[in-house]
Amino acid sequence: MNSLLTFPKGGVHPPESKDLTATLVIERMPVPDELEIILGQHIGAPCAPTVKKRESVIEGARIGEVAKGLGVPLHAPVAGLIKDIGMSAHPLRVKVPSITIATDHTAVSVSFDPHPWQRLSAEELLAKVHDAGIIGIGGAGFPSHVKLKPPADAAVDTLLLNGAECEPYITADHRQMLEHPQEIIEGAKIILKILGITTCRIGIENNKPDAIAAMDKAAREASSQGCSISVETLRIKYPQGSEKQLIQALTGRKVPSMSLPSAVGVVVHNVATARAIYEAVALNKPFCEKVVTISGGGIARPANLLVKIGTRVSDIVRHLGGIKSEVVKVVMGGPMMGFAVSSLDVPVTKTTSSVLFLTEREIDNRPHSQCIRCGWCLDACPMGLEPKEIGVYVEADRAEDTAQFGVFDCFECGSCAYICPAKRPLVQFVRLAKMRAKR
Amino acid sequence: MWTVVSCLMPSLVVSVFIFGIQTLLITAVSVISCMAVEMVSQKLLGRPVTVRDGSAALTGVLLAFIIPPGVSYLLPVLGAVMAIYIAKHLLGGIGYNIFNPALMGRAFLLATFPVAMTTSWLQPLDGMAVFSHIGTGADTVSAATPLAVMKAQGMAGFIQAFGSGSSLYGSFFLGWRPGCIGETSGLLLVSGGLFLLYKRYITWHIPVSILATIAVLTWIFGGKTLFTGDPLLAVLSGGAILGAIYMATDYVTSPTNKTSQLLYGMGIGALTVLIRLKGGYPEGICYAILLMNPISTVLDGWFKPKRFAPPAGGGQ
Repeated sequence: MNSLLTFPKGGVHPPESKDLTATLVIERMPVPDELEIILGQHIGAPCAPTVKKRESVIEGARIGEVAKGLGVPLHAPVAGLIKDIGMSAHPLRVKVPSITIATDHTAVSVSFDPHPWQRLSAEELLAKVHDAGIIGIGGAGFPSHVKLKPPADAAVDTLLLNGAECEPYITADHRQMLEHPQEIIEGAKIILKILGITTCRIGIENNKPDAIAAMDKAAREASSQGCSISVETLRIKYPQGSEKQLIQALTGRKVPSMSLPSAVGVVVHNVATARAIYEAVALNKPFCEKVVTISGGGIARPANLLVKIGTRVSDIVRHLGGIKSEVVKVVMGGPMMGFAVSSLDVPVTKTTSSVLFLTEREIDNRPHSQCIRCGWCLDACPMGLEPKEIGVYVEADRAEDTAQFGVFDCFECGSCAYICPAKRPLVQFVRLAKMRAKR
Repeated sequence: MWTVVSCLMPSLVVSVFIFGIQTLLITAVSVISCMAVEMVSQKLLGRPVTVRDGSAALTGVLLAFIIPPGVSYLLPVLGAVMAIYIAKHLLGGIGYNIFNPALMGRAFLLATFPVAMTTSWLQPLDGMAVFSHIGTGADTVSAATPLAVMKAQGMAGFIQAFGSGSSLYGSFFLGWRPGCIGETSGLLLVSGGLFLLYKRYITWHIPVSILATIAVLTWIFGGKTLFTGDPLLAVLSGGAILGAIYMATDYVTSPTNKTSQLLYGMGIGALTVLIRLKGGYPEGICYAILLMNPISTVLDGWFKPKRFAPPAGGGQ
C-alpha cells in the first residue's frame, strides 16, 4: 500500500460516505419549467446579459458575455423565453444578478454530433474552449482557457488530470470516469495539443478501482497515438485532490507560494473539465449542463444527476422524491469545502459538484469552544500553516496581523476544522483574516 | 479528557491495594471539589459552564495523585480551589491558563501545609488490608519516600530501607513503595500512556525527552562520582513518569511544535534533576514543569511549522 502516491505533510481521513451514490448510473434530469442562470458563475468578471426580457432564445445561444477582464461567455441551457433579468439567491453572496429562462418544452432539442478536431490549430481549439464557456468544474471555477495559455516563460511539460475526488459523498467525477472514460481521454488529447506537449498523468484515489480500470484501459488505447497518457493510483487521504498536493503527489514538484502550477511546468485540470472540453471541441456543445451528486441521509433518493446549469435545488428535490424530515443542513459542494444554504431556491452553477442533504448523524452541530492549543491543526494542515493562531488572532480582533501564520497560503480545505477537538470554525476565521490581513 | 481520566483509573485501583481505601476517598473528594469549583467559578465569572468536558475531573484526579495518601481530606478541597479557580480561571481561563492547574494546586499545598505534604506517607500494605488505615492515626504507620531517604541518608540507608537489585526495580515498577497516591506504579502509568499514544491524544516527544533527560543527567551526576548514578531508579521514583506522561503533556500549558516539545521536555528533565540533586526538595518534577510552562509559548514563537513551499524568489 505504501507504493500509492500521496502528498507527505498533513491531511485527514473523514468518513468517505460515497456508498450512497457510487454505484448509481448518471441519470439525466428532465428540464424544469424555469432555469435561473447566475451571471457571475466563476472567479473573475461576471457576464453582462446580451439578451433582453421577453426575447426568445434557442438552446445553446449566448445570453451573456464578459465585457472586460477574466471570464467566459454564458449560454442558454434550453430553448425558451427570457422571463426576467433580475436577482437570484446565492449560497455565498446572498443576492446576485441572474437571467431567468422559461423553458419551451415544445422546442426540439439540439443534437450534438462528433466532428474531427485533429485538423484544428491550438489557437482554434483554445478559442472553442473559451467560446463554450468552460471553467474549472472541480470547484474553484477558474476559466479553463486561461489555464491552457500558460505564461510564455513557463516551460510546461506535463498535464495532470485530477480524478482524486477526495471530498466525501461526491461521486460525480467517479461516475463520469467510469461511464465516459474515452471522452475524458479525448479531452486530455485536445488539451495536450493546445499546450503542445505529449505527457498526461491522471491521478485517481484508490477508493475508485472500477474508475481506475476503465480510465487505464481508455488511456492505454489512446497512448499509442503520439502521446503518453497514464493513470496513477493515489492513496485515500483528504485533500488529495487539492491542486498543489496533487502536483506534489504525482510529480514530486512543489508549487511555490503565490505561484501557479505552470511555475513548476504543470497544468492541472479536473477530469470533468477535460470531458467538457471534449464536448466543446468535438461536439461544438457549449457548457450548459453538468453531473451533480445529490446525496446525504436526508434526500429520499440519492442520485448522480445530469442537470442543466440554472436548475433550482427545489426542482432537484421534487424530482428525487422530496427530503426527509431529519434534514438539518443542506450543503452545496462537499462537506469539507462546501457551503450551507438557507434556501432551496438557489440554482446549480457551473461549479456546483454536489448538493448534500445532511441529517443530525452526519454533521457535528456542537458549539465551539476556546482553543486549547492541542496542536492537532498544525499536524493536519497540508500547507504547514498555523490555523490555531489565525483563529486566536481573529477572535482577539487582530485579523490584520495573521499573514505571518500563512493565511494567504490557505486554500480552505477544512482539514484543521475537521480535526479540531474544540470544533472551532477555523476556515471561517481564515476567510475573515484574508479579508483584513495585510499581505 | 474523559479518556485520559479513564487511563488513570487502573493506577487509582492499584493505589487502593498499595495504601488502602482512603486513596479512593481522597481522589473522590478532589474530583468532586474540582468539578464544583469549576462550576462555581464559571458561574461567578459569567463564563459558559464547561464542567462536563472532563477537564476539571482530570485535574481532580491528577491533583489527588500528587498528594500523599495520609493527608487530611481538607487538603484536596483547598488544592482544588487553587487549581481550578486561581490557576485555571483567573490566570487565563480555558485554553489560556499559563500554569498546569493540578501542579499549581500541589505547589500551593506544599507551601501552606509543608509538614502534612512531606510526612503523610504510608508504608505499602501487606496483603489485602485495604481498610487498615481507616480509623487509625495515619502517622503511626508513616514512612518516607525513596528520594527523601536517599537525600537524607544516602545510598546505604536507601538500600537498607528498600532493598536493591531487581527486586527493588520490580517493586518500584509495580508501585509497592511509599509515595504520592498515583505516582508509584510505573507499569500502569506507562500502559495508560501507551494507550494515549495509540489514540494519538499525545505524541512521544514530551514524555520521552523528559524521561531520557532525567535518566541521562542522573546517570552522569547522580552518583558519588561522574557516570555512576542510577538512571532507572531516577525515572521510577519521584513522580517522574506521572509528570512526564500526564502533566507535562497538558495541551494548554505545553508547546505545540515538535521541536519546541523536545526542548520543553529536556528543560523539564534538566530542572527536575537539578532540583533533586542540588535543591531543597527530594522530588523535582512538579516545579520543573511549572517553571517550563510559561516558556512553552516562547518556544512556539521560535520554532514554526515548515511551510509547504516559500514564495518563488524568497520573501516572507
